[in-house]
Amino acid sequence: MLTEFASWITYSMFSIAQHTALGNAVHFFIYDTIKILLLLGIVVFFMGIINAYFPVDRLRAFLTNNKLYGLEYLMASSFGAVTPFCSCSSVPLFIGFVKGGIPLGVTFAYLITSPLVNEVAIALFFSLFGVKVTVIYVASGIFLGMIAGYILGKLNLERYLSDWVRNIQEQAVREEEAFEAAHISFWQRLPIIIKDAWQIIKSVTPYVLVGIAIGAVMHGYVPESFFSRYLNADNFWAVPVSVILAVPFYSNASGIIPILQVLVAKGIPLGTAIAFMMGVVGLSFPEAMLLKKVMNLRLIGTFFGVVTLCIIISGYMFNVIL
Amino acid sequence: MKTIKILGMGCPSCKQTEQVVKQALDQSGKQAEVLKVEDLQEIMKYNVLTTPVLVVDEEIKIKGRVPNVSEVIALL
Repeated sequence: MLTEFASWITYSMFSIAQHTALGNAVHFFIYDTIKILLLLGIVVFFMGIINAYFPVDRLRAFLTNNKLYGLEYLMASSFGAVTPFCSCSSVPLFIGFVKGGIPLGVTFAYLITSPLVNEVAIALFFSLFGVKVTVIYVASGIFLGMIAGYILGKLNLERYLSDWVRNIQEQAVREEEAFEAAHISFWQRLPIIIKDAWQIIKSVTPYVLVGIAIGAVMHGYVPESFFSRYLNADNFWAVPVSVILAVPFYSNASGIIPILQVLVAKGIPLGTAIAFMMGVVGLSFPEAMLLKKVMNLRLIGTFFGVVTLCIIISGYMFNVIL
Repeated sequence: MKTIKILGMGCPSCKQTEQVVKQALDQSGKQAEVLKVEDLQEIMKYNVLTTPVLVVDEEIKIKGRVPNVSEVIALL
């Protein structure tokens, strides 16, 4: 139904000829933009509801007050998936967790999954790649956080935290937090949830449009199988190279995933493309700069290194499963 | 006169919050001292996990998101 609407606009309203590069590009742009924005609205709204009931403070209290016998990594990662993430919060969050006495590995689990799995990424994956890929992506984002967090926890990196953070750690206090919002009814909260969801959509839409526009151009003008000549699943180096190239760059999920869809259509193996996306979205130069305030370079390097390795391994696994 | 502090380390949402506060002051005609706190150690004194944070007279009012103008006016 949406396809017909897009066709009508492209070919009737704008009178572009069918089966031309321009026609394909414009059709793609219109169709994808509407589809993505619709889904984005729905997913962001529902995540907003979940998030209203599980703010990060609650997670921290939960993690400090409950003995979880190894499950804390899964909890931290799963919550990372469900909560929105602004990379400027990564530092206060990190310190907050440390203050609460949460082990470093568990904190990392949260920090790793949070930017990777968020409502925008989910909405985009779902609308462009379907349910199966979305579920695999979310599951692997959570596993990646868990495993990388666990490894980082085992490496005993506490000594590389900057001095004043370590001081805080030593004075860690279990805080009883009153959840001041806990007694507000759902219907009273709804306007705020809707408003927040709208804010997220507004801020994300420009990036999505740029991403789709680039994707549209590639869809229309880049020949099929362009990439598979150079990068296919048999090329062993494709995954590590694309992930390592991805790490220094940062884009949020909304800009990159539409482009991903086109890359895959033009011949890049899905696994390599997703690994690339994880590298771009999950690790970033700005985040490293912020983290410098609380960790020394060696710790940041180890953190990035372990996560990059896990993403590369995921990339290989995706190429096998997908 | 109230003291309003905006805690944040320089990301777009923190700047937006500052704009919203200024708009709220303009629209309501009230006066307040507005301070942007960007120093990490200062921010951590408020024991918050997510920025931006709106603090009015040393009480944390809104955390982790950009407030809208009417919310801020209600706090003045």
